[in-house]
Amino acid sequence: MSGVAGTKARLVWAVNLAALLLVILWTIPTFGLLVSSFRDRDQIAASGWWRTPFTSESTSFVRAGTADDQHPEGDLFVISGALLAPGQTLLAWGTSAREPGAYEPGATVPLKDGQALSVAADGSYRLTAPQAFTETRGMRIFLTTTTPPRLTTENYARVIGAEGLGRAFLNTFTVTIPATVIPILIAAFAAYALAWMQFPGRALLVAAVVGLLVVPLQLALIPLLKLHNDVGLGKGYMGIWLAHTGFGLPLAIYLLRNYMVGLPREIIESARVDGATEFQIFRRIILPLSFPALASFAIFQFLWVWNDLLVATVFLGNSSKQLVMTGVLRELLGSRGGDWEILAASAFISISVPLLVFFAMQKYLVRGLLAGSVKGG
Amino acid sequence: MDQLAFAAGTIVAGVFACVAWFWGSNWLLDAAYPARGPQAGANILRANMIRPWLFIGPAVAFLAVYLVYPVINSAWRSLHDAAGRNWVGMDNYTWLLHDAKFREAIWNNMLWLAVVPALATLFGLLAAQITDRIRWGNVAKSFVFMPMAISFVGAGVIWKFIYDYRGEGQEQIGLLNAIWTSLGHAPETWLTVPFWNNFLLMAVLIWIQTGFAMVILSAALRGIPEETIEAAILDGANPWQVFFRIKVPQIWGTIAVVWTTITIVVLKVFDIVFVMTNGQWGTQVLANLMYDWMFRGAPDYGRGSAIAIVIMALVTPIMVWNIRNARKEMR
Repeated sequence: MSGVAGTKARLVWAVNLAALLLVILWTIPTFGLLVSSFRDRDQIAASGWWRTPFTSESTSFVRAGTADDQHPEGDLFVISGALLAPGQTLLAWGTSAREPGAYEPGATVPLKDGQALSVAADGSYRLTAPQAFTETRGMRIFLTTTTPPRLTTENYARVIGAEGLGRAFLNTFTVTIPATVIPILIAAFAAYALAWMQFPGRALLVAAVVGLLVVPLQLALIPLLKLHNDVGLGKGYMGIWLAHTGFGLPLAIYLLRNYMVGLPREIIESARVDGATEFQIFRRIILPLSFPALASFAIFQFLWVWNDLLVATVFLGNSSKQLVMTGVLRELLGSRGGDWEILAASAFISISVPLLVFFAMQKYLVRGLLAGSVKGG
Repeated sequence: MDQLAFAAGTIVAGVFACVAWFWGSNWLLDAAYPARGPQAGANILRANMIRPWLFIGPAVAFLAVYLVYPVINSAWRSLHDAAGRNWVGMDNYTWLLHDAKFREAIWNNMLWLAVVPALATLFGLLAAQITDRIRWGNVAKSFVFMPMAISFVGAGVIWKFIYDYRGEGQEQIGLLNAIWTSLGHAPETWLTVPFWNNFLLMAVLIWIQTGFAMVILSAALRGIPEETIEAAILDGANPWQVFFRIKVPQIWGTIAVVWTTITIVVLKVFDIVFVMTNGQWGTQVLANLMYDWMFRGAPDYGRGSAIAIVIMALVTPIMVWNIRNARKEMR
């Protein structure tokens, strides 16, 4: 096609470069968070994720032991211990926030009341005093350290357990699967009737389905919530399954009808001539042939329900037992706004399933998009 | 685990109920009007009149209850007071006109409408044109398309990380501030910068929607008859002219479809604003404002519904346009 355009080598290079730039631009946001989800809290706070492969330098403080930790040694009282995490190297240390890097490793520094503190290069410290310590709170020792690059899965372990994401994962599955399967069934029958059966009002129904495609969901929240409360459904899984089924139906019917209309007329006519009932035609011929369209819609609906926040917030309630993953993520953004190690790991757990589905079934997704937009509009 | 069993049970029950309905009702129909005997002809005719409604019945019921009824109910509520008891006429709408937050929201929505569909379509068109011309085009397409699979909330987290702010003198861990400070500026708390923060939120939606535009426009570009392009090249058109004068005019229809589809997404945009700024610092949009009135503090269903109806009214022209196109197609 475009190849006809007397392609020059320079142009090919330019196009390849442009494509590369595009891909990098579009992947970098996700990639940055992915990398961050494998770094520990201190690393994330100390340096940008693009510095992950390099040794990072950071300054922080650690508290020395308290009076409970002291032991007599000759006529001195001593508190000792280790300050560094595995892998860290000590560059400098200090005793005040104003000069956190005042002393070399190995130096011994006199403090008030005849106390003295020394910190060795390996991070072991020794705090000595002529009389017994009385502190109930350990003194702060400031450390400037370098940490070699390190990737960890601790964030994930923590988030799945303590932050309730494991539970939310189950909840999301519970919401998503029935909300994907049930509309397909209902829509498939309706789409068959709209595509291949003659009855008055058919054109009107098709037009209505196209119109309902764009009805804003927001409109439906309050009336339906009231309705669910009135009939005794309240907030719960049954309610959200029904809601998602209703909201997904227009697209389902529309996609499936568009596809079924394109199936060869001869097959259906000859089956009718052979005495097959409509039900048999539907089950034996239409359903198997429509598999690609069914798959397309299933993916759409799955992604949409999985990623939905609004419907889940309204129809499922906000107790920690019922929260879906998007809901947890939103809560974390509010309560743990700066804890990027938690946010990053949580976000990745929540988007991992859609991404898997996306990469595995991209073909059907693209096909569905094209059927939905180019043909009908 | 219990609830997974519950979900599995629901799937089985739901599938069984659907099948039972379709199969059972068909069977009843055949039993009531058997296609044999002295009245076979009349029976078949009658059965054929009823059968479509058996097929389509559940879907119509769902659509009526879950989409049509709410529209009517919302319209009714928008004419009533907070609790939905007393008729207040157009009060809620006149209140909207004078509410500063509503004006801010509608102005922001207009800004979104002007920027997002245009840029997403433009980037999509460029991406389609570029990726169609290289050997690893499909891989490249996958990556640009990928954000489509990410939830708005997930995207919110991803982008909030980019806009992250650390105090001056500290190392910036947000990409934008890192670039900004390396150019010699002081770091900014981006999401609180009035007016411009709207564009930072829009970037998220553009990032998501470009892939969608690219996929559809790429298919349309491939559908262009080659003769037109060859003829243009023989007449001495350069690549730019081929693209803008020959290709783009031939896919106007598809561009319009992409544009309107994204427009609808923009009109309903909620999650991104909800999780990133919650409408503070001048970033309010209609859907989030509606959520505020319906579910926060002292709920006012009348005002909330009025805002919902405004969103519906904005969507309606596109709805009509879509229906007209679909009807043209059916003929």
